[in-house]
Amino acid sequence: MTATAGVSAPPRDRTTASPAAYRPRRIAILPTTALVLGALYCVVPTLWILVAATKSRTKLFSTDTYTPSLDLGIVHNIRDLSHYQGGIFWHWMLNSFFYAAVGGLLASLVSAATGYALAKYEFRGRGALFNTILAGVLLPQIVLAVPQYLLLSKVGLTDSLIGVLLPQLFNPYGIYLCKIYAQSAVPDSLLEAGRIDGAGEGRLFVSVGLRLMGPGLVTVFLLQFIAIWNNFLLPYVMLTSDDKFPLTVGLYSLLRHGAAEASLYSLVITGTLLSVLPVIALFLSLQRFWRIDLVTGALK
Amino acid sequence: MARTTTTARRTGGFPYLLVLPAVLLFAAFVVAPGGYALLLSFQRRKVNGGLLGGGTHTVFAGLANYRDVLGDADLWSGVLRMLALGAVTVPATVVFALLFAVLLDLERTRLKRITRLTIFLPYAVPGVIASLMWGFLYLPATSPIGGDRVDFFGQVAVYFSVGNVAVWGAVGFNMIVIYTALRALPAELFESARLDGASEWQIIRRIKVPMVLPAVVMCTLFTVLAALQVFNEPNTLKPLSNAVSSTWVPLMKIYDDAFGNSDIYSAAATSVVLTAAALAVSFVTARLIQSRVQQEAA
Repeated sequence: MTATAGVSAPPRDRTTASPAAYRPRRIAILPTTALVLGALYCVVPTLWILVAATKSRTKLFSTDTYTPSLDLGIVHNIRDLSHYQGGIFWHWMLNSFFYAAVGGLLASLVSAATGYALAKYEFRGRGALFNTILAGVLLPQIVLAVPQYLLLSKVGLTDSLIGVLLPQLFNPYGIYLCKIYAQSAVPDSLLEAGRIDGAGEGRLFVSVGLRLMGPGLVTVFLLQFIAIWNNFLLPYVMLTSDDKFPLTVGLYSLLRHGAAEASLYSLVITGTLLSVLPVIALFLSLQRFWRIDLVTGALK
Repeated sequence: MARTTTTARRTGGFPYLLVLPAVLLFAAFVVAPGGYALLLSFQRRKVNGGLLGGGTHTVFAGLANYRDVLGDADLWSGVLRMLALGAVTVPATVVFALLFAVLLDLERTRLKRITRLTIFLPYAVPGVIASLMWGFLYLPATSPIGGDRVDFFGQVAVYFSVGNVAVWGAVGFNMIVIYTALRALPAELFESARLDGASEWQIIRRIKVPMVLPAVVMCTLFTVLAALQVFNEPNTLKPLSNAVSSTWVPLMKIYDDAFGNSDIYSAAATSVVLTAAALAVSFVTARLIQSRVQQEAA
């Protein structure tokens, strides 16, 4: 805050604001405390899972819940988990990354192509297509999972990677964002200049359109990556063989078995911890690429 | 943003080629499943008589499935539970997201980077995993937060316990959306207000919040949409508690009908009803909010 010296606010009974003229660098205690409390609330479950994962099977239900176990329980737990059904947990981890990365990439390309076309070309049916996509944003996509399964089982595509990947490639919100972004980031004059130089439309799309839309596309990719990474119902209804499960479905099935034998609980807890860590790492490393202003900029 | 018009010169079929994948995907995975569900919802399996079970064949059922579905007390209690959950999650998510965004935007708040990031992180944790984490926090045997004294799965508490998981996962993303909108506001908006002696609180109430209302609106809409499709959290907590039945919310009922009772016809009818209701609610929400925003702006 720039100290607006000389202009004193009328005296008010405020807990946070004091006349800035006195101490311009004063820390706002109350807002900072509120944010720290919010952050604690967000991090506590993860910290607790970290503590719980250090406990061996027997200790999980017996020791005081706050004290981590220091007898290498976590090493045993990770070893048990890696041995569980021949290391299927690591399969799930790879599957999750595969679905999210491949699905996110393809969905972003589909969104980019569609958004670019909507923004940069006049063609018959453009308005209808755009309105359909806008309505698609409001469509409860998760509800479609069961009908999608029923239809795909007709053509024998259930329990396959394709059955999990394909339904998640159409992302109306991503298309909408790409259209907005193409409108602001890809100048017509540049395309016209390219046309005069004799470049084909396809080449213009790849070398001008996609390149200029790059920053926005990263955000669309990340949004879709996380949406697929977090998805549960679609793979849950589509897949029956557990070597194709993503983490969400795998850990859920482990929990369901755990209801019968409590010893699996510590495996579930360890698996939960291991599944949270990589995505947090990924998240922190990709932080710079988030362009959320694209999401809000899409608002009129 | 300047609207640009583009001449259709020499573009030929290229734009059609660009939109083709999306159109095909939309046809195959939205229109076709929707149409198929609609078709199934008017059908029924009829068992050919005979004690030793003859075959079964499909017959046209008219509106019978819809009559059964809409008369199903189980579904209606699921709808009520969904509404009760939404009454917890929607306001809590939006209010906390707005609150944290406003606090982050204050000049003299400290620890902004770390708190912003920490509150954002749960967004990358799948609902199922979040439910597992919180589930073990609620579970009397493992709870570090007094689960042995407080019944987190009590008759009323269960809504707050399930809702809490959803709020935990959603606040961060919405906070970032609103915060980004706040950061985009030009500083001179507040400078003159400050010179006029407006307090920070007045600036927030009279200038900042009204200005970022569209972002708040978008967050509300997305939160409402998520609330209508709630499935992951209660479904994951179900093995940990008896408080959550297998038809606890509408989407769980659809799943239970389709895979638990192998009654795809009822499941299809319920899917159609829920999709139509959700679309109606989100359209109405979008409209309502739009008109409110226009009023505010006027």
